[in-house]
Amino acid sequence: MTHPIPPGTRDVLPDEMRELRRLEAALIDVFSASGYGEVSTPTIEYHEVLARGDERGAPAAYRFFDESGALLAMRSDMTIPIARLVSGRYAAEQPPFRFFYVARAYRAVRPQRGQMREFTQAGIELVGAEAPDGTAEVIEVLARTLDAAGLSRAVIGLGDSVLYGQLLDELGAPADARARILATLATHDLVGLEAEVDALGLGAGARETLLRLPNLRGGREVLDEAHGLGGEAVERATGRLTATFDALAERGVADRVQLDLGLLRDLGYYTGAIVEVYDPALGHVLGGGGRYDELMGRFGRPLPATGFALYLERVHIAQAEEERLGNMSGEPPS
Amino acid sequence: MNPPVVSGVTRAVADGPLRLAVPRGALFGGTLDLLDAAGIDTSAARGDSRSLVFECGELVLVTMRPSDVPTYVEAGAAHAGITGKDVLLEQRDRAVYELLDLGYGRCRMVVAGRRGDPRLGESERRLGQFRIATKYPRIAERHFEDTGRQAEVIEVKGSVELAPLVGLADGIVDLVDTGRTLEENDLEVREEIVVCTARLVANRIAHKLRAAEVDALADSLREAAAGTAER
Repeated sequence: MTHPIPPGTRDVLPDEMRELRRLEAALIDVFSASGYGEVSTPTIEYHEVLARGDERGAPAAYRFFDESGALLAMRSDMTIPIARLVSGRYAAEQPPFRFFYVARAYRAVRPQRGQMREFTQAGIELVGAEAPDGTAEVIEVLARTLDAAGLSRAVIGLGDSVLYGQLLDELGAPADARARILATLATHDLVGLEAEVDALGLGAGARETLLRLPNLRGGREVLDEAHGLGGEAVERATGRLTATFDALAERGVADRVQLDLGLLRDLGYYTGAIVEVYDPALGHVLGGGGRYDELMGRFGRPLPATGFALYLERVHIAQAEEERLGNMSGEPPS
Repeated sequence: MNPPVVSGVTRAVADGPLRLAVPRGALFGGTLDLLDAAGIDTSAARGDSRSLVFECGELVLVTMRPSDVPTYVEAGAAHAGITGKDVLLEQRDRAVYELLDLGYGRCRMVVAGRRGDPRLGESERRLGQFRIATKYPRIAERHFEDTGRQAEVIEVKGSVELAPLVGLADGIVDLVDTGRTLEENDLEVREEIVVCTARLVANRIAHKLRAAEVDALADSLREAAAGTAER
């Protein structure tokens, strides 16, 4: 007799569980060796607290009332709970704080898309360290984590979350057009972007800058190309990215990074550098993160911060695919 | 730290030549012509072969229904693809890059009703809403929502022109090329929703990790499309 479980959830059997635990242990080794301490927070929080971190309600999909009528929500990531934790439990302590977690999180699914409602994230948060050094430290840990998982071909995309918005402000784009343009970028609609930019009626130079930037991705030469496009916002963003990239080069992990000026993540709390993780064997991103220098302030303890999270199950699939293709490096999780 | 969509249908992406998803059906001929103009020899795909996958120089063409293109490209089973804007609008939650308007396959998405029949307006006036049959429920719902009207959208899979003829619906939302099918069924265009053309789309990961090849393909198709448009 088969009893159903909700779509987007799954049972894990011993063979896969063994491999997942092995992967988890490899990631935890890197986090610990890098000086990060493990934390665990409740799966359910007050909705009001999660919404404080992201005005749009921290895309919490599952909300319910407890016995006293309080509105609770299942967390949709670990960054906001950790921001809450730092502001409350470390109020009197001196930063920086280094935390890692391996934890379940929950999202809404659309039917028949094979999306997961419940999934595991493994990640770190570095609270109280400024850009570019804090950013570079987190990206270095990310690179070492990917190595530990044996994903030698994985690439870290590095962009700037506020560049495009600032550029539009500088060019005097009206608020409604600005919102529409950022929406086309967030949905990767470059045809729509061109139409919206044309509707702004800007000069040829500004138009080219707006249309070329989202396609600039690659090594250090990308920064020179962007620099050549000119403008103060581009200047500031390339300045920030150059500083981060130099710091990464010093740490010996710059070759893992692809600069990407079109990168835009749609969580409400990013303020600067953003990263995404790709592996050539997989059609989806493995994870991501970035700087969120204003999130801690929303919880009453303003501190600069950076973090990343990897989707554990996807990293596991990437491992299996790379192994099958004969591309595993280092110590394969035997 | 998360992208909005967490998908369980995560599949391996092939190394080797770039895979392009090509729509069979109305866009097939135009697509092969454009690829030819871009210097890609598509003769292998032109025969009446039952095969679905064709090696054409540096590209592998994977042929499929236009509405399946976003599915294959989002999952990475094809690195890039060509399909109609109507398909992309109907499946707007698919996370793919829309890189290029290719210009051909030009059609209009319209609201149509029976010629001389006031039922569409009448239903709205008397009942405050009307019934619309369509193969594009999401485009239709969005259009009526955006224009502040209430419509009961009924999804049908086959000939949508049938619905108003036998009273299933007051009108239809459908893609119109020459308008002959509408005419033959005694229907007329009441509103135009959007003009749809063929688009080049790319997988998110391929757009980053195979940037040079994806950009080269987009550039050559952009040039070919501009050249075809001039002629």
